[in-house]
Amino acid sequence: MKRVAIFGATSAIAMECARLWASEGTTFFLVGRNQEKLSQTADDLVARGASDVQLYTLDLNRIDSHAELIEACFSNLGQVDIALLAHGTLPDQAACERDPDLALHEFSNNALSVIALLTRLANRMEAQRTGTIAVISSVAGDRGRPSNYLYGTAKAAVSTFCQGLRARLFKAGVHVATIKPGFVDTPMTAGLNLPARLTASPEQVAKSIYGAIENRRNVAYTPWFWMGIMTIIKSIPEFLFKRANL
Amino acid sequence: MRQLAQAHKAVLPFGNGRSYGDSCLSASDTLLALRPLNRFISADWETGLIRAEAGVTLEEILSLAIPRGWFLPVTPGTKYVTLGGAIANDVHGKNHHARGTFGCHVRSFALTRSDRPTLVCTGAQNAELFAATIGGLGLTGVIEWAEVQLIPIRSSMVDTITIRFGSTAEFFHLCDELDQSHEYTVAWVDCLSRGSSAGRGVFMAGNHAPEGVLQTDNRRKLTVPFVPPFSAINTVSLRALNSIYYRAHRTNREPRRVSYDPFFYPLDRILNWNRIYGPRGFQQYQCVIPNENAEPAITEVLDTIARAATGSFLAVMKKCGRIASPGLLSFPLPGVSLALDFPQHRTLNNTLFSRLDSIVRDSGGRLYPAKDAHMSSGDFRHFFPNWAQLESLRDPALCSRFWQRVTDS
Repeated sequence: MKRVAIFGATSAIAMECARLWASEGTTFFLVGRNQEKLSQTADDLVARGASDVQLYTLDLNRIDSHAELIEACFSNLGQVDIALLAHGTLPDQAACERDPDLALHEFSNNALSVIALLTRLANRMEAQRTGTIAVISSVAGDRGRPSNYLYGTAKAAVSTFCQGLRARLFKAGVHVATIKPGFVDTPMTAGLNLPARLTASPEQVAKSIYGAIENRRNVAYTPWFWMGIMTIIKSIPEFLFKRANL
Repeated sequence: MRQLAQAHKAVLPFGNGRSYGDSCLSASDTLLALRPLNRFISADWETGLIRAEAGVTLEEILSLAIPRGWFLPVTPGTKYVTLGGAIANDVHGKNHHARGTFGCHVRSFALTRSDRPTLVCTGAQNAELFAATIGGLGLTGVIEWAEVQLIPIRSSMVDTITIRFGSTAEFFHLCDELDQSHEYTVAWVDCLSRGSSAGRGVFMAGNHAPEGVLQTDNRRKLTVPFVPPFSAINTVSLRALNSIYYRAHRTNREPRRVSYDPFFYPLDRILNWNRIYGPRGFQQYQCVIPNENAEPAITEVLDTIARAATGSFLAVMKKCGRIASPGLLSFPLPGVSLALDFPQHRTLNNTLFSRLDSIVRDSGGRLYPAKDAHMSSGDFRHFFPNWAQLESLRDPALCSRFWQRVTDS
């Protein structure tokens, strides 16, 4: 029986992952901002077979509360087999270009809070010498694009941080998986005009996250074809790239 | 909801888009896409009572219920419909004679309307809206969640028997005989056969197996990957297909044990099966004829179709039972239901369908709104005299193209 902690548990992708684990009788520790949504998620998981679901309401931007959160998480679950970090926001790029405070706030949402949380979590996982940390980064972090570079910067920071952490925790037997989804049809991307053929459902992405954790993948693009797309995007020479509007 | 309605005049709750006609299209073309509302709220596996949000599909319910020994009390021919859609169309299945419609098993639901706070409806509480919402085509409000009583099963397998019949009269005899002993009965009919073989078909009956495994069926599905430039279903291919299918089935009263999935959902195996009809698609005709006129009227309907030399492989006949639905605009009545797909053709509605409509009208039958794309407003009001009651309970913010069409005077 797995013991799973999910940070940003009401996100559509996290919820679909949780459903996959719930059917195996998993015990959960769920963290989210919205208490009502969190308890609805808990009801759903129990109906789908979860053994037990503990809830913790917190805005993960409140970094000073992380120590208490991690304490509660480990004392509730005893041991954490899987920790999934799924919280994040999609910044309004144009607004961030006008307002530096907003830009930093969004950067904090998507990068600083993740780094802070990973730091505390990693130490506990290192001490327990087992388990997997899966972090939802994004293909957006692979290259800064004019349409979305604030989000991309934050995700690049997360991806690089995870890369280093993976090499450190490997020695302790703890695995770190960096998940890089492409376009996903979730409430976060609602209202965006995403190309239908390239847009995955949260269920599809969840299945590949589930597999990436089982198979101890280091970096998992999801759906898989984004690896090809990003290889091409990364290989475009800068003098051409800066002229394009990606 | 009020804001949306003000901006677009009228919206419509939309589930998984499996209705065949315009009953799931919004009058304003702006929909409330409710499929993401797919959380379970509670599931009591001791009693089989589940409560789930309206966007949950029947497939999702089955995947939880089957391993725990429960099954849907009533299921239509596809599991890719939402709970909300199953209520809004008051769907029925192969066990209508034994358990009535889906609405008969709905204990309660929450209804959100633009003109009042969310209310919980049951047979006793807000009973008027409860009845209007079952078969209410999504017009009485948005169903947030619903509570359904499942039925216990001891195995996910079904014991089936298959019997060929040579005429409509034989079909009726088989119904009388086998509806007693079998929870599920349905017949496939060869819609092109005429003369001595007119009305021939294959009768299938089944019961949940008393023993065996309890597992969901996750076999690989086929898919129709693209839309061919023209319909693959034409008179020649159909005549051949029907003949092969009829001959491939032998009468076999020895029960054969099959998984629930191919028994209940044969078409779900082929994703995007509708594409075989080409870019024009298809139109379905589903009617029900009351028992007293069923035999002559069904014979006449089948004869009319065979003369028109069109139709499709998917022709399904089923005797509906007497269990009344709580729904105001429920489709089934005690009698025989016949459903056929036709490759879309520009003259379909004016020629064949209008001839069939007059047979249905004269025999006291009616058409199924969930499948309809042609019913006249006169016919609709005649078939469903309770329509005015539904109109008075309709949420002013909701309207479908179907409703606009059939209530337009």
